[in-house]
Amino acid sequence: MYKIVEATFLAADVKLLRLEAPEIARKRQAGQFVILRIHEHGERIPLTIADSDARAGTITIIVQGVGKTTKLLNTFEAGDAVPDVVGPLGRPSEIHYYGTVVVIGGGLGTAIAYPTARALKFAGNRVVSILGARTKSLVILEDEMRAISDEVHVTTDDGSYGEKGFVTDKLKALIAGGSPPQFVLAIGPIPMMRAVSEATRPHGIKTVVSLNPIMVDGTGMCGGCRVVVGGQTQFACVDGPEFDAHQVDFAILTARNAMYREAERRALEVFEREQHAEPHVCRLGQVHPAAAPSPISAP
Amino acid sequence: MSSNPLPPKERMKIPRQRMPEQAAGERSHNFSEVNLGLAGTLAHQEALRCLHCKSHHCFTGCPVGVKIKDFIELILQGDYLAAAAKIREDNVLPAVTGRVCPQEEQCEGCCVLGKNGEPLAIGYLERFVADYERQTGQVGLPAKAPATGKRVAIIGSGPAGLSAAGDLVQRGHKVTVLEALHEIGGVLIYGIPEFRLPKSIVREEVDNLRRLGVEFRTNVVVGRTVTVDELLGEKGYHAVFIATGAGLPVFLNIPGEHLCGVYSANEFLTRVNLMKAHEFPKYDQPIYDCRGKDVAVIGGGNTALDAVRTALRLGAKTASIVYRRSEVEMPARAEEVKHAREEGVQFAMLTNPIEFLGDDKSWLTGMKCQRMELGAPDKSGRRRPVAVAGSEFTMPIQVAIVAVGNRGNPLVQSATPDIKTNPMGYIEADPETLLTSKPGVFAGGDIVTGGATVILAMGAGRRAAQAIDDYLRAAV
Ligand SMILES: Cc1cc2nc3c(=O)[nH]c(=O)nc-3n(C[C@H](O)[C@H](O)[C@H](O)COP(=O)(O)OP(=O)(O)OC[C@H]3O[C@@H](n4cnc5c(N)ncnc54)[C@H](O)[C@@H]3O)c2cc1C
Ligand SMILES: Cc1cc2nc3c(=O)[nH]c(=O)nc-3n(C[C@H](O)[C@H](O)[C@H](O)COP(=O)(O)OP(=O)(O)OC[C@H]3O[C@@H](n4cnc5c(N)ncnc54)[C@H](O)[C@@H]3O)c2cc1C
Ligand code: SF4
Ligand code: SF4
Ligand code: FES
Repeated sequence: MYKIVEATFLAADVKLLRLEAPEIARKRQAGQFVILRIHEHGERIPLTIADSDARAGTITIIVQGVGKTTKLLNTFEAGDAVPDVVGPLGRPSEIHYYGTVVVIGGGLGTAIAYPTARALKFAGNRVVSILGARTKSLVILEDEMRAISDEVHVTTDDGSYGEKGFVTDKLKALIAGGSPPQFVLAIGPIPMMRAVSEATRPHGIKTVVSLNPIMVDGTGMCGGCRVVVGGQTQFACVDGPEFDAHQVDFAILTARNAMYREAERRALEVFEREQHAEPHVCRLGQVHPAAAPSPISAP
Repeated sequence: MSSNPLPPKERMKIPRQRMPEQAAGERSHNFSEVNLGLAGTLAHQEALRCLHCKSHHCFTGCPVGVKIKDFIELILQGDYLAAAAKIREDNVLPAVTGRVCPQEEQCEGCCVLGKNGEPLAIGYLERFVADYERQTGQVGLPAKAPATGKRVAIIGSGPAGLSAAGDLVQRGHKVTVLEALHEIGGVLIYGIPEFRLPKSIVREEVDNLRRLGVEFRTNVVVGRTVTVDELLGEKGYHAVFIATGAGLPVFLNIPGEHLCGVYSANEFLTRVNLMKAHEFPKYDQPIYDCRGKDVAVIGGGNTALDAVRTALRLGAKTASIVYRRSEVEMPARAEEVKHAREEGVQFAMLTNPIEFLGDDKSWLTGMKCQRMELGAPDKSGRRRPVAVAGSEFTMPIQVAIVAVGNRGNPLVQSATPDIKTNPMGYIEADPETLLTSKPGVFAGGDIVTGGATVILAMGAGRRAAQAIDDYLRAAV
């Protein structure tokens, strides 16, 4: 059992959980993830390790409630426990000194990009961050990103915060502005990563994305997480999850991630019916994100 | 002396007992065990057939040397618990091997009765006494030697790891088994389906080991969570046994393999066996809905047969085996092929897929194949299939399961470069001592041999346990 020691909502449906997992905390490097199974009938789902504290023996994950498992996980509180957590999985991010790097986080992608952005900063890079979200309330980890970035830009689709537009608008403006970055890291929804990739390709800027195929074991045993990179089959759980964006076949990834859509919809329906059958306690807003102390340790 | 009252001539007149099984029409819709097991009277009748031969060839056919003649004798004496204990001297998982060993090639393949008739049903009898022992709840745990103070880490909890753990703990060592998944058992849990090997049996055997003092730790990926060097260093283990199996699926590398609906057998079987996807949404892990679909499984081994029969049970409209050689070359056990055929599985032999076809949403709609014919024998001694020119045709299918083999999972080796591997990714180990190129590190089972059998993996586990015991005692 892996005990949850802290649980805080960062935005509606986005929750930060800190869990006791000393071995993983000691080993984990930026870019790696864990696979969790949250109850005895549960599925196995991958989640990035957003942060870790080797001394306290804890890891931090940030979960966006999109379907049954993540929504259920987001009802867990400090003191609850998760039966299975395995990791750290995946290859660590390759951290080099490039000069100027642009780190793009789309929605929840910011949580996945944060640890790598921080490592890039430690490596001496000038870090320019672009945080994109649909609307203001979905911008997460802004303070944390500010603390490790030399420059932060926020874009929202509806213009409710920062600049109105997409992250790619900002990226293109930066490139056109005459000081193109030497490296771009983009993590977020697939269409966003694909658009970033197309934006940097003509300029030959090295671009890395973190792929999120559906996984089961996370050890290279099932092949379910296969992606096509540079025409080659790769298993994202052991060969990735980060890959050269210009080599990734995004169309295959998009199609494969839709494989269980019907089942996912059914599972969510059943789950929500059951949730409503019980007296519903809304845990949203118990701790206002702005009022809570910064849940991620300072670099 | 034997307690068999019948003269040999009479014994040979008794026909081999048939295994009672669930009716094909019924079992193809459920996941309950196909073989129902012999009742006591049938087992006794079968045991009477044994000639109790001096040479007892059967013994040489068993990779771990189960004392077959002796345990059969104990059945005839009616002492089933003693018979089970006799098997346990050489085989810690008799309820498993009695079900899944390819007996026709091993013990039964060497039985003298087989020369002029049908061999003794050694597997059925092994299963019978093991089940009897389980049902009485009187599993005789072997005695343990005094504690040696030595600690051994075993990586992987398949049959190789489990049998090494059992032997080492009996010799007084402290044993910890590290497993990447959340359940113990390796292929016995995630690969072989419930209808051939009920998971409750594997769990009971694991509990027996636990009661003997073996410590099991799930969710530990060696190479990631901890390395072999750390196990031997700061974690304080005196020896390590690598038994990580051959769990890296091989794909066909043909166009369209990424379409939705194309699975590796590992993924398909894991979703059902380990994650219980057939009980979705009671269990959360989904599997592609096979109901009313045409399913093709590519391959001819046990894995392919397990996958195709699983697809049938998930409601497939048609379930076919597509194999590029002919039926005689199929490595799957004859019993599985027979069962599959009875259940309605179709067999497309001498057929080789060359492309998966999909619709505009990337869902599988068909498989382009070519017909094959058998040419000259290849290195494996089997006749090599060659394509018949102009024989292409399309098979309409919506689910394809690729079961053409596995390779060694590289996770442990890549984090431990001083362990030598061969070009196929398997670990090189001394055939006798199973010692690898790294001192204190032993390896056995499928990670050394490539995909083989449960009993060979168990045999490797036992040899490793012996060698590790020698090593630890020499190192005082
Ligand atoms: C390496 C990796 C790291 C990840 N890190 C994080 C993280 O830090 N935080 C986080 O909230 N999520 C992360 N994800 C995604 C997360 O695993 C999925 O959101 C989760 O599995 C969905 O499960 P569910 O049952 O709640 O939803 P489902 O009912 O399974 O799916 C709901 C919706 O999410 C989509 N979806 C399903 N599986 C995935 C998947 N593997 N990736 C993306 N979308 C998916 C479905 O297409 C569907 O639209 C990561 C995924 C990978 C592969
Ligand atoms: C579908 C299927 C059907 C089969 N049917 C039969 C049959 O009927 N009869 C028969 O005799 N044989 C059969 N076999 C073959 C038999 O199951 C294998 O030969 C046998 O299980 C090999 O045992 P093993 O202990 O070497 O490895 P495995 O059983 O493969 O176990 C290895 C274990 O190690 C774990 N592991 C891997 N890497 C790591 C790591 N880095 N850290 C921690 N743990 C790790 C894995 O998760 C796994 O649990 C079948 C195989 C399959 C796949
Ligand atoms: S372990 Fe397998 S080969 Fe050996 S006697 Fe039992 S069934 Fe036969
Ligand atoms: S070879 Fe056959 S008949 Fe002879 S002892 Fe063995 S099982 Fe009995
Ligand atoms: S998740 Fe199974 S191989 Fe990657």
